[in-house]
Amino acid sequence: MDHRPQAWGRPRDDVYGAYDHSYLQNSGPRQATQAPIVTGTSVIAIKYKNGVVMAADNLASYGSLARFPDVKRLRVFLDSSVIGFSGDVSDMQFLDRHLTELSIDEAYEDPSSDSKAGQLNAANLHKYLQKLLYKRRNDFDPLWNQLLIAGFDGDSKPYLASVDLRGTSFTSPSLATGFGSALAQPIMRRYAATEEDAAKLSREEAVEVIKECMKVLYYRDARSLDRYSIAVVTKEGVELKEDEQLEKQSWAFAEQIKGYGTQTV
Amino acid sequence: MAAMFSQNPLMNGPNYSFNDAPRTAAPEGARQHRFDPYTDNGGSTLAIAGADFAIMAGDTRLTSGYSINSRYHPKLFKIGGTTADQKDATIVLSVVGFAADGEALKERLDAICKMYRYRHGKPMSVKACAQRLSTILYQKRFFPYYVYAILGGLDEEGKGAVYSYDPVGSYEREQCRAGGAAASLIMPFLDNQVNFKNQYEPGSGVGHALQERERKPLTRSEGEILVKDAFDGAVERHIEVGDGLQMMVITKDGIEEVLLPLKKD
Repeated sequence: MDHRPQAWGRPRDDVYGAYDHSYLQNSGPRQATQAPIVTGTSVIAIKYKNGVVMAADNLASYGSLARFPDVKRLRVFLDSSVIGFSGDVSDMQFLDRHLTELSIDEAYEDPSSDSKAGQLNAANLHKYLQKLLYKRRNDFDPLWNQLLIAGFDGDSKPYLASVDLRGTSFTSPSLATGFGSALAQPIMRRYAATEEDAAKLSREEAVEVIKECMKVLYYRDARSLDRYSIAVVTKEGVELKEDEQLEKQSWAFAEQIKGYGTQTV
Repeated sequence: MAAMFSQNPLMNGPNYSFNDAPRTAAPEGARQHRFDPYTDNGGSTLAIAGADFAIMAGDTRLTSGYSINSRYHPKLFKIGGTTADQKDATIVLSVVGFAADGEALKERLDAICKMYRYRHGKPMSVKACAQRLSTILYQKRFFPYYVYAILGGLDEEGKGAVYSYDPVGSYEREQCRAGGAAASLIMPFLDNQVNFKNQYEPGSGVGHALQERERKPLTRSEGEILVKDAFDGAVERHIEVGDGLQMMVITKDGIEEVLLPLKKD
């Protein structure tokens, strides 16, 4: 028996040969994120008259395995903005820690918590994250996410924008990541094709559209879940519900489905 | 990366910016995922120089693959104004290709022009700005900004000036230039309509006796009509072009911006 503690729990050298430490060395080429591992699927969001509604389900998948069914993918920032994360969950957690640090620094800058005037708004936050993700892609060490950022801009108008792992950013009256860009975005665009249309939507209508989209995504996205988080951002703050259940599901359509789309026999 | 410098490497005609060609068979089971720092966000730009004006134009669609990410994502930017609103800017930059690189390039050129104005107490001339933009692009020769840039303004004599670039900084002053996804569709139209290529005086003879039609600069309204026609044509034949047409006309009185609708299909 080898009594040295550093050998405990290790394969026996006399049986298996010396342990190969080569994988632990930190010389040689640095390994950056090459692919996402544990992932979150779509995030969807739509603007309405007085704010933005965003939703994402609570699942973190490991490939096709539904690995972590209670992961919250919407994050509130300074009680005035919401960030929705899709893509790699470990990179999401890194960003979450980073943003916590940032929001603490911001709170020290402006201790009068009731005035939001000097604080980072959603437009500022989006610019910050865009710069961060673009920097990481330039270093060939990307944060493997697509983010949606919702809140208000400097003119107190509803703000919704996206940024991805390459630093590509854009805004639109409604946005969706991943599968949602194919399944949810066409539905949301029926209600908010333009900024003017979005400015006519009521809160109830916007929430209803988002819930309908989450249902469609659950029907067709195999990496989705029927438990989800939904956030409504208004000027008063963020209302976040993190344990919602999809309602009024009907799988009656399923038995009609044959093949892909137009197939009838 | 070789594909980014040629207009149509895959098919003999205008091709899509994403790889739509059948993949060559990979070795059995060998599929390594590597991070590709570039994407192409489609869209097209166009610039025409007149006697005492320059017209810059670009569509406002932002795509990735077959998806429309945004219907309003400007490709035209006023450069080098005193303040962020660019009210007193005299130069316009258009960027098309990879949107995140375009954004980074625009912000760098704008910062440099602002520093020039601050240090010298006068705005940068288009000629100087054009040379500087070439240097910025060439500085990233081995990790290029994947953008086709066009710079427009008025030269020292008050004549319209258009400078066009490739992604690594080769540049040239021209009468007109089309860039981006539908460049190969628009440029021949411009050759014919702006530089009167293949136009001859009727009845001037045959063969070498043919007299070329005399070249003269377009009027502003002719130029604007030409731009709209060029884009209407491109929208019809290229899926990555559409939604809106943003046009900036640079004259001695400043920059006028026009936004026209394009087909959204």
